[in-house]
Amino acid sequence: MNYSHEAEAWNCTSCGAGLVVTKVFFTYMKGNFEVDLPACPECGLVLVPEDLVRGKMVEAERILEDK
Amino acid sequence: MEKDELIAWENKCIQEESPECTSACPLHVDARLFLKETRKGDWDAAYKVLNKTMPFAGILGRICDHPCEERCKRGSIGGPIAIGALERYCVERFTGKKRVQPLPRKNHRIAVVGTGLAGVTAAWDLLKKGFVVTVFESGDRLGGSLWDLPEQILPREVITEEFSVFEALKADVRLGTRIDKALFEQICEEYEAVILDRDSLHGVDLSLKLDNDGLIAIDAATGATERSGVFAGGGTRFRGGFSPVMETLEGRKPALSIERLMQKVGLTFGRENEGPCSTRLYTNIEEIDPLPRVVAADTVKGYTEEEARKEAERCIQCECMECVKKCLFLERYRAYPKKYAREIFNNERILLGAAHQYNVFTNSCSTCGLCETVCPNDFYMGDLCLEARRTMLKQKFMPPSFHEFALQDMAHSNSEHFSLSRHEPGKTESSWLYFPSCQLCSTSPGEVLTSYRFLRNKLSGGVGIMFRCCGAPAMWAGRDDLFIESINDIRNAWEQMGKPCIITACSTCESIFGEHLPEMETVSLWKVLEDTGLPEGGPSIAEAVKSSTVSIADPCITRNVPATRQSVRRIVQSLGITIEELPLSNEKPECCGYGGLMYNANPELARDVIAHRARRVPPPVLTKPFSPPAGWYRTGLMEDTDTVYYHTTVNEHDYVAYCAMCRDNLAAHGKRSAHLIELVFPNVDGADPAARGWISWSDRRANRVRVKGELLRELGEKGEVPMEEHEKIRLDISAEVLRRIDDQRILEDDIRKVIDYAEKNQKRLRHRESGNYLAYYQPENVTYWVEYSPHGEGFKIHNAYCHRMKIVGTKR
Ligand code: SF4
Ligand code: SF4
Ligand code: SF4
Ligand SMILES: [Zn+2]
Repeated sequence: MNYSHEAEAWNCTSCGAGLVVTKVFFTYMKGNFEVDLPACPECGLVLVPEDLVRGKMVEAERILEDK
Repeated sequence: MEKDELIAWENKCIQEESPECTSACPLHVDARLFLKETRKGDWDAAYKVLNKTMPFAGILGRICDHPCEERCKRGSIGGPIAIGALERYCVERFTGKKRVQPLPRKNHRIAVVGTGLAGVTAAWDLLKKGFVVTVFESGDRLGGSLWDLPEQILPREVITEEFSVFEALKADVRLGTRIDKALFEQICEEYEAVILDRDSLHGVDLSLKLDNDGLIAIDAATGATERSGVFAGGGTRFRGGFSPVMETLEGRKPALSIERLMQKVGLTFGRENEGPCSTRLYTNIEEIDPLPRVVAADTVKGYTEEEARKEAERCIQCECMECVKKCLFLERYRAYPKKYAREIFNNERILLGAAHQYNVFTNSCSTCGLCETVCPNDFYMGDLCLEARRTMLKQKFMPPSFHEFALQDMAHSNSEHFSLSRHEPGKTESSWLYFPSCQLCSTSPGEVLTSYRFLRNKLSGGVGIMFRCCGAPAMWAGRDDLFIESINDIRNAWEQMGKPCIITACSTCESIFGEHLPEMETVSLWKVLEDTGLPEGGPSIAEAVKSSTVSIADPCITRNVPATRQSVRRIVQSLGITIEELPLSNEKPECCGYGGLMYNANPELARDVIAHRARRVPPPVLTKPFSPPAGWYRTGLMEDTDTVYYHTTVNEHDYVAYCAMCRDNLAAHGKRSAHLIELVFPNVDGADPAARGWISWSDRRANRVRVKGELLRELGEKGEVPMEEHEKIRLDISAEVLRRIDDQRILEDDIRKVIDYAEKNQKRLRHRESGNYLAYYQPENVTYWVEYSPHGEGFKIHNAYCHRMKIVGTKR
């Protein structure tokens, strides 16, 4: 999924910068993941959109829990 | 789970036992499967089923005396299935060639003497197993007395065709050989073992001991005669009547004995179930409509295809599945407890790193006990699953997400926010101790306080009160450490209060105390109310409620507590309310999804479970062998079974629950439901308690805090627990957003923590158009996201969501 649209819609309030899509790392139950997501290039604050959370992420969590 | 425990569990579930027809059949033909294929009109498949077990399906299919029918379960509901006639129809229309694939050749030479049905069966079985077989027959064709049967029953060309396999299997067939003592001796010398067909050899003297019927005497289990290496069978027409299928069995038995003899293994071991036997299979026929047997229009020709399929449709495809029919959890995983026990066993043995596919399964059982109640053998999945949870914890593969929310809720109940124990104001002793339960205080705080005032008025000797959790969530989670700690805390507090008699308003607490704190005398609030009489003079429920009809939604935990169930019903009736029982009530209630922490480990399933109790689900269209009883439907996941229906237990009346979680879960899914305490102690006059809707997890906690504060003030103490900084943040949440975040079990407190963190650290994003903020924070294992905007003195919440996957960071 491409989140460049979301990246354009949000600003980081502490840095004032716009977001750019970059690699974001996640970990859960001994599993490591990376996803291209919008983040602040200055401070690294990330944006994990709701549709990703409720879709792919929940799915991945479930699979890891049955491991 | 140890291997022997697995075997014990597996043995308890009798779903895989044979149906009556198969057990009654001397050859154990799979009649159930045969009828299933027949029903579909898949004639090749139906024939294959017969051919798999019968030595000469074309012959036996036509002439079998079908003892299976005598024991068919349809017998008492319209008459047994015409299995014999259907077999005949099936083999008559079969035109294919009989094909055999014998096992690799063995160098043992066996003789079969006499070729009635027993003899040819023995020869056939041995040939198929690869033995070298010589057949001796005094006549000029194989088949003995088969040729005496009427042509229209057994056409000559069928016999010839069926026996052509002997040629194909290269049997050495010696026709026209007169059998006498001398030849018999010679055969015994020459061959390693001999089988005698007693039907053909009746009256021939071979110097062997005879039985009362004048037949060669044999051991019934093995077919062995007095002479070693010599076996015999058959001859039913000299013992009460010719039975083709028994002749066949009596040929098969000695053939098996000889195989064992050649392999040098015990002749008798494990042969108890050979031939007609009993079965433990249970099939519930209570709700099956009687259907009369289909009679062939043309009695000479027999069934037409249509008639045959119709008759086969009457077969109820016997199986047990009693528990699966009643439990959505069991049904959802598409099998039955015998298989589940095996899966759990395997799940525990999986090497590190491989998938444990039964983790969610193991933690989805509500431990409600309905399976045990309906199972003919008392199989209780709850025990199996709870034990497996403990093992998961020990082996460290229990995902925290399964129980974390519930255990945090329990911790909250046992924290200073809620927990308390006090004597009655002005007293230093307690004869009674009111234990209203954490979840009742969560949802009916006002009624808890009113009922406490009532008890203080009515009972003498001092009525103390204790707020805390009984520990059930820890027990369900398999967390023995937390559970034992909780039980000890309760015992200590109770001892400090002078060991008063406990009054519980929650059946789960009652059951936990009864089982784990038997030294504490415990009585249900409902029993006490029956003794004191109901309150008079205070606010009263609406007249319309008083004259209504309700159904009692029993909590699953009262399954084995009839006294409480009866108290509840008497109280409801004494309010003037009429009761109409639900089909699954009293000792058969289902769970609301809270029990066993199903709601935490498997929220989707819990939602379906409660939805099914709260709303009528329209039955899907069925193509069924027989019409399902009204109100039954099949959820469609089970493909290999024919009799599984899931029963809707809903009715249109309001429900009265006496478990707080049942009330709240039913209400959350749109069912008008009241808690009994709200009927007895209404807060306002003219109340309609069933109109109260759902309640959020945040409000549950807030209510517990509130009920403690109010009680302390009533007792003349300071009722405030100091607030943390973030708790002072004011939120404005619409009903719709609240429901959405509550479904994800996000608390308002979690939202406050996010905003507190984001505002203090400026860690937030701002939407270019709407100006809304979006922030995230991970206080423990869960990361919460909140979209919000400043609003008056607080914040308006637009959205919230959460995940357990931890954000590590971005690539630098
Ligand atoms: S109803 Fe069907 S499965 Fe059941 S005993 Fe009769 S033939 Fe067998
Ligand atoms: S949820 Fe209840 S009926 Fe279903 S398996 Fe568990 S204890 Fe048995
Ligand atoms: S009720 Fe369930 S557990 Fe009991 S024998 Fe039948 S299928 Fe097995
Ligand atoms: Zn930034």
